[in-house]
Amino acid sequence: MALNFDQALEKYEPTLGLEVHVELNTHSKMFCGCATEFGAEPNTQTCPVCLGLPGALPAVNGKAIESTILIGLALNCSIAPYSRFARKNYFYPDMPKNFQTSQYDEPICINGYLDVEIDTEEGKKTFRVEIERVHMEEDTGKSLHVGGSTGRIHGAEYSLLDYNRAGIPLVEIVTKMIPGTDKYAPQVARAYVTELRDILRSLGVSDVKMEQGSLRCDANVSLSPRGSGILGTRSETKNVNSLRSVERAIFGEIERQATRLESGERIIQETRHFLEESGLTRAGRSKEQAEDYRYFPEPDLVPVTPSAEWVEELRATLPEKPSTRRKRLQEAWAVPDKEMTSLINAELLDVVEETVNLGADPSKARSWWLGEISRLANEKDVSATSLVTASQVAEIIALISSGELTDKLARQVVEGVVNGEGTPREVIDARGLKVVSDDSALMAAIESAIAAQPDTAERVRGGNIPAAGALIGAVMKATGGQADAAKVRELLLKHLGQA
Amino acid sequence: MAAISREEVANLARLARIEMTDVELDHLATEMDVILGAVARVQEVAGAEVPPTSHPLPLTNVFRADVVTPSLTPEEALSGAPAKADQRFKVPQILGDAE
Ligand SMILES: [Zn+2]
Repeated sequence: MALNFDQALEKYEPTLGLEVHVELNTHSKMFCGCATEFGAEPNTQTCPVCLGLPGALPAVNGKAIESTILIGLALNCSIAPYSRFARKNYFYPDMPKNFQTSQYDEPICINGYLDVEIDTEEGKKTFRVEIERVHMEEDTGKSLHVGGSTGRIHGAEYSLLDYNRAGIPLVEIVTKMIPGTDKYAPQVARAYVTELRDILRSLGVSDVKMEQGSLRCDANVSLSPRGSGILGTRSETKNVNSLRSVERAIFGEIERQATRLESGERIIQETRHFLEESGLTRAGRSKEQAEDYRYFPEPDLVPVTPSAEWVEELRATLPEKPSTRRKRLQEAWAVPDKEMTSLINAELLDVVEETVNLGADPSKARSWWLGEISRLANEKDVSATSLVTASQVAEIIALISSGELTDKLARQVVEGVVNGEGTPREVIDARGLKVVSDDSALMAAIESAIAAQPDTAERVRGGNIPAAGALIGAVMKATGGQADAAKVRELLLKHLGQA
Repeated sequence: MAAISREEVANLARLARIEMTDVELDHLATEMDVILGAVARVQEVAGAEVPPTSHPLPLTNVFRADVVTPSLTPEEALSGAPAKADQRFKVPQILGDAE
């Protein structure tokens, strides 16, 4: 019988483990000077070192070491005073050297933690995710499996290899086992990867684009019968390439494992692949045991021994934590929790802050970005920040504040800017979007509205103020929406002896 | 006691995706055992106070600046490849259907 998530959680407790691989954004590769451009033509960024040709000698990219130490410090890790590279030997063509240069028992950063906050039924709750290690390694090449029906490695006739990615600095961040997340396991995992991504972005060490693979997550899940204290066998799901997928993969894996256990089957320790369409996982190759990799210290690279002074120098450059920054901005802007969550989920926090820094009122900046601009972005299926810039939005908000634009006109200006008609000022001039603020022009419109609806005007004169709405509407219509409604109301009521 | 067993040699062959006959395994296990036995004698020389040496030179923190240098052209990169297609290295089937 298949168990659903709730049924699974009634019987079993999940334990999580997360391994995140992040490609650093260095200009050159980890051990050679090849470029690291994403999307370059196949095999245009390779050299004797990253192709593992005989006699080639690697040399460590100092910037990559610095970035890795920064990541460790931001995750509250200790930085090892002595650390070595190791060869991880395996026979698989994604590395032309037949080994991956990695770190084994001497990683550069150890024992950190990251606190993540999630919404629970009992309100916000913080989970501490302990970090076991942060180590340096190099990315592998990209394989294309040809033949067979599915493009999968199984059944392929042959494979084609592009080694542009082989040797790009990769940092692996491994958590300790995360117990006690219970039914919140999927959210905790997502919140962890999100927070980690935000930290990496704030450090400026990576592009952190999950869709391009510069940030990748492997999710380990195991279940133990509730209250038993016995840790179950874990599976490792790879290929989880979006934040939402992290959540879905863990959700799906908990259901799958519980269903297997319930029908008396064993969980096999294996690598599974996440299937984006269905949210399910399928079995991959069975994992080679660690000893099969025959790790040994890399003789061609000397040990890394960061001095305490260097580490402290780097620590002093750490930026404000994303979580601290969010709290600070939320307070400064007096944003309700729910709206703050919307801003963060829509990835608009940075641009709203920029807009506010350019002088815009925080609540106006938020409502323009979350409202009209996001609406247009959804329509076009692009990101809001690709449509307009913070300075354009700040300019439009300033024009509203000064009374030069109404909200309605401003929406037309945004539309014009989005359509590539130029700067806000150019759109205003080209489309003739000006508030009719000339009192005599407005009075003329008011008088003709009164002439057209004499009965309504009479009711307003008799003290029926709400009736004025129909007249104001007529004036707005007559001026093509370019009048300030408040101003029209003021003049109209005055004219009819009600102010 | 042998330094390496026939089973260990068979496992190495499996990891290396090298198919070996029983005769070859017997032969290689014996040969490798002799080699490992010779190397093991070196270990006897160093006492417990001597740490294993991975690097003969007392150097640390040798770093390269993060500067891009020219790569090979794809033609050069692929010139030694036994097979190629679509500007990529072509390799035989990696995993069998059943594995
Ligand atoms: Zn290279």
